[in-house]
Amino acid sequence: MTSHVMHLSGLEPLQIGPDSLFVNVGERTNVTGSRAFAKLILNDDYAGAVEVARQQVANGAQIIDVNMDEAMLDSKAAMTKFLNIIATEPDISRVPIMIDSSKWEVIEAGLKCVQGKSVVNSISMKEGEAQFLHQAKLLRRYGAAAVVMAFDEKGQADTYERKIEICERAYKLLVNTVGFPAEDIIFDPNVFALATGLEEHNNYGVDFINAVAWIKKNLPGAKTSGGISNLSFSFRGNDHVREAMHAVFLYHAIKAGLTMGIVNAGQMGIYDELDPVLREHCEDVILNRRADSTERMLTLAETVKGGGKVRVEDLSWRELPVNERLKLALVKGINTFIVEDTEEARQGFERPLQVIEGPLMAGMDVVGDLFGQGKMFLPQVVKSARVMKQAVAHLVPFIEEEKRLLGTEAKTKGKIVLATVKGDVHDIGKNIVGVVLQCNNYEVIDLGVMVPCDKILAAAKESKANIIGLSGLITPSLEEMAYVAKEMDRLDFHVPLLIGGATTSRMHTAVKIAPNYRHPVVHVVDASRAVGVATSLMSEEMRIPFIKDMNDDYALIRERHANKKSVPLLELEVARANKFDVFAGEYASYKPPVPGRVGVQQLRDYPLSALVPYIDWTPFFLVWDLAGNYPRILDDEIVGVEAKRVFKDGQAMLKRIVSEKWLTANGTYGLLPAGSDGDDIVVYQADEQNVEAMRFHTLRQQNAKEAGRPNFALSDFISPLPPGGRVRERELASSSSPTSAAMQTPSPLAPPPRGEGDYLGLFAVTTGLGGDDRLAAFEKAGDDYNSIMFKALADRLAEAFAEHLHERVRKEFWGYASDEKLSNEELVKEKYRGTRPAPGYPACPDHREKLDIFRVLDAGSIGMALTESLAMTPASSVSGFYFSHPAAQYFTVGKIGDDQIADLAKRRGETIEAQQRALGTLLQ
Amino acid sequence: MRKYNAWRSKIELPCNFTSAKLWVLAAKLRRPSAKRVVISSLIAPMNRRQTISTILKQRIMILDGGMGTMVQQYKLEEHDYRGHVCRDHPHDLKGNNDLLVLTKPEVIQEIQRSYLEAGADIIETDTFSATSIGMSDYKLEHMVRAMNRAAAKIARDLCDEFTKKDPSKPRFVAGALGPMSRTASISPDVNDASKRNVTFDELHVAYKEQIEALVSGGVDLILVETIFDTLNAKAALFAYLEHFEDDPDPLPLMISGTITDASGRTLTGQTIEAFWNSVRHAKPLSIGINCALGAVAMRPYVEALARVAPETFVSVYPNAGLPNPLSDTGYDETPAMTSGFLQEFAESGLVNIVGGCCGTTPAHIKAIGDAVAKVAPRAVV
Repeated sequence: MTSHVMHLSGLEPLQIGPDSLFVNVGERTNVTGSRAFAKLILNDDYAGAVEVARQQVANGAQIIDVNMDEAMLDSKAAMTKFLNIIATEPDISRVPIMIDSSKWEVIEAGLKCVQGKSVVNSISMKEGEAQFLHQAKLLRRYGAAAVVMAFDEKGQADTYERKIEICERAYKLLVNTVGFPAEDIIFDPNVFALATGLEEHNNYGVDFINAVAWIKKNLPGAKTSGGISNLSFSFRGNDHVREAMHAVFLYHAIKAGLTMGIVNAGQMGIYDELDPVLREHCEDVILNRRADSTERMLTLAETVKGGGKVRVEDLSWRELPVNERLKLALVKGINTFIVEDTEEARQGFERPLQVIEGPLMAGMDVVGDLFGQGKMFLPQVVKSARVMKQAVAHLVPFIEEEKRLLGTEAKTKGKIVLATVKGDVHDIGKNIVGVVLQCNNYEVIDLGVMVPCDKILAAAKESKANIIGLSGLITPSLEEMAYVAKEMDRLDFHVPLLIGGATTSRMHTAVKIAPNYRHPVVHVVDASRAVGVATSLMSEEMRIPFIKDMNDDYALIRERHANKKSVPLLELEVARANKFDVFAGEYASYKPPVPGRVGVQQLRDYPLSALVPYIDWTPFFLVWDLAGNYPRILDDEIVGVEAKRVFKDGQAMLKRIVSEKWLTANGTYGLLPAGSDGDDIVVYQADEQNVEAMRFHTLRQQNAKEAGRPNFALSDFISPLPPGGRVRERELASSSSPTSAAMQTPSPLAPPPRGEGDYLGLFAVTTGLGGDDRLAAFEKAGDDYNSIMFKALADRLAEAFAEHLHERVRKEFWGYASDEKLSNEELVKEKYRGTRPAPGYPACPDHREKLDIFRVLDAGSIGMALTESLAMTPASSVSGFYFSHPAAQYFTVGKIGDDQIADLAKRRGETIEAQQRALGTLLQ
Repeated sequence: MRKYNAWRSKIELPCNFTSAKLWVLAAKLRRPSAKRVVISSLIAPMNRRQTISTILKQRIMILDGGMGTMVQQYKLEEHDYRGHVCRDHPHDLKGNNDLLVLTKPEVIQEIQRSYLEAGADIIETDTFSATSIGMSDYKLEHMVRAMNRAAAKIARDLCDEFTKKDPSKPRFVAGALGPMSRTASISPDVNDASKRNVTFDELHVAYKEQIEALVSGGVDLILVETIFDTLNAKAALFAYLEHFEDDPDPLPLMISGTITDASGRTLTGQTIEAFWNSVRHAKPLSIGINCALGAVAMRPYVEALARVAPETFVSVYPNAGLPNPLSDTGYDETPAMTSGFLQEFAESGLVNIVGGCCGTTPAHIKAIGDAVAKVAPRAVV
């Protein structure tokens, strides 16, 4: 036996069964019922029309009715267009759609646009059984429920008898003839206008209600619905009375079993709250209780004329009580009225703190819940936090004042010390975590960036912090985090340690950090998880199971990691024998390109406007935890709205950064003679070509390769020096010793002399100069949103500078690709000739190379520096190498063996241990 | 070689051969002929849906594993893909795995044979993208019918061979309908949310053609899989329901969606329950999920389906874990791992049909089959 539940869906499911509460179907997106909506559609203002739909859902419509039946419209096209647009608005399309038209072709067009299970409104036997059954059959194929109007060949049913006769006949046809599921049938027994002055209309309300009761009793599974607004048609313009009529009618119809009604979800009166006199009059009309009920109602209506709940659409929430307004302002991130509302609330409370603890925290709890449920996105939360901060800022003076008198403090859920670890300057993610935690009433002690271990632990001890959170972006930070954990263990800390940041992972935390500390070490994937983790750790009930689950999970990860067969590495010599040859195959006669101007150059105060076109926007969205490729992300079903918003705000700030010169861009690059010597690249000074400027100790892949795939090192892309090296060669050329003579005598078959004439590029650029004051101002104002935005844009500009400079190098300065013509998209996809590997990335994992780059380029003179962990300052900086060989490519060095570590120690003239420390993550 | 070519040319005929003769051939294939005596005698008392339902009530059935990742191992080149029939085709064809049923059928046959040897009860036809829309990328729209028929026939012959060898374990061919490379629910234009690069009607036409060809090639089931846009899937279901509208013995339908990220939603934003509500009107034999996340991450959604679809069999065929570009097969999980996870699903009473998707191999399928062999299937009301 089926349960007679109707299963509808938008992005989310909606089940309607015999025991379900009354279902509101939003009526405002209907051109026949709403003049405002019709106007929007006729004027092709679909953005405005979408807002109407959004409003309906926000006001509690569980289904929205969409109707485009208007003589002036191409209804089919309008239906398609509108449904396609709202399909991309998750806060609308989460509810099922009721596709409403009197024309079958419009209904069918609508059905072709909705992925969810919809309701069709309506089909009927108006044009006979054959047509009716044909449409029902098609609806089964589309998978839609149907409103069936009490309408047949003879016309619309207006009496109780006609209504039930038609509904019964339609039901039997649908269920028995085409196997239409009974639970997907919704009868509309026709709501007609009452109080029209015509006596034969007086029983319309009663007939409808009785028909509903009969259908529920006699047609198993079938549902009922009605267009409620028709009822009060006589009172157009008197919304107060209309609302009362609807409330009373629904009250009785629902009691009789009405499943759903098409209503104005934003304008629903409540039966119990109606004025008793008005209610009685309405009841008289609807239930046809007295002969003079219409007269009496019309008289009363004159006296209660009023706007009802009609308001200016957008500001309707301003009429809510102040607490509700505060909550709404927080959830929606509206700061327009926050100060005046906060002040109003303050005056209503005894103590200013109660405003925070009461309505403001209640609002932030809603935000936290919605965020936790994935119903809000990070940019919205940050905006909410901004509103919260403004409200709090307004209250602080009052609280201070009170504190002076009483000495009280806000109760927090817990204290959390946050820091970006020593050597790392990246803090956007950490700041977001801080904001989110603060929104959720945690006290956050933010120690900032580059914080040494002892300072973190001292601060935690002193403040009696409940949790310590570490953040970091560059790989050396991972080692530092493990060190902090070790120190916490040694110093007998007990508080949980949270680990977050772009390079961190659950795997690394479980395997490398957690074993160092006896107490919980939790990897926090992104800012959205921070509150959940903190709450679990602080909760008496949840703490133990949470930690147990996590420990089990980590144990499993460690086990799996340990069991993972370590892939055997090739011996270094074997890997070297499989190197890539600069002159291989098609490059047999390759001649390295000579730069137009050899040497080091500086570009100071570079115009920011020149960099803007080179921005790769995709990583910008990642800062906001919005994953997806630009520009597609702007249209993403889920994050598109938020992506558009941060993008718009970002564009606006970028404009100001450029026009008001908030930042200074400096860069330097060098194009220097070079040759490879084994796995090293020897770089010579520009002016004295025999003097080594630096040695780039490149690392070689040691994993087993398929045939034809070399084991790369970056040195493979630079022409090798002749045996003995460039300097010796020059000396030898003028000597006449027998050995050198033998060497100098070319056999006719020997390859041409090589190693002469290749070059390596070095570069360092920053766009982070001069932004500190502005950043401090944002932070001081508590404006995390703009502070994060500013840093994110500075980072984007730095990357854009690197891209732009590389292009100029290829096209002008080195000049080997002067005819290159690539779009930004192609640049992002690295379609150009040559590569730009950076220290700390997979092709050159050794951060120490930055020391030489900075030294040779004298990057200090343009305001750049390295921290002791080799992170660059300012944070918005990029440095690296340029390779020009057409086959130069990015690759991942991957794991390296002890033999290469030993070899590297020898090449660098340092200890093996020093290499192990520097390249810890590459060791097996 | 010559012999093989002769056989192949038989399959190739449909490319420029007109339908009449083929329909006769197809009709013969569908009828209990001498060749299919074993199966027809086995299936005779019941229709296909009942046969499969009967087995599904007794044990968990095994679906095959990944096709694309298996084909990769053959390292086929452009000329392999072209074969004889597309020798002069003006467009590159490398990577068009669905074309191999015509140009390199022995590869597909070998892979499917290895899955049957590994114990798969159901094998999927190699037709994931074999629709006029999918093939328009290769300018091969005119070959779609031939491809689907050939794919069905290859799988049909193999299944018949294995069923004949062991009639106690009948094998079935699922005609696979992929999700299409274009989606009817998402706008391709940032500035115009109402734009679509494919319509329901276009999808309907394409799926209709594919279903007709698969059915004429002799498949036992229709499988609409890897659904990331439910509207696309609804076009396939529309075509399916249309095709079998008046058929008293419609081929059973399997539906398998894909949850693409940790939010637990399809690419087009539906929750798994909303997805089920959107497709349940087609009254499928089974509902399930496949592909994107590994088994572990898929578990909550399998559980949700098992709960909301108590009257329908539940299928799951995960990737071998999350994609890992560093691994040889592109995926991390070993047969022991994947089968271990699926065994737990089975023991928790969540599944009726299990198999593998991207990155799984015959070894995975064998391990999965062994792992669930002794576990009772999920009870269906």
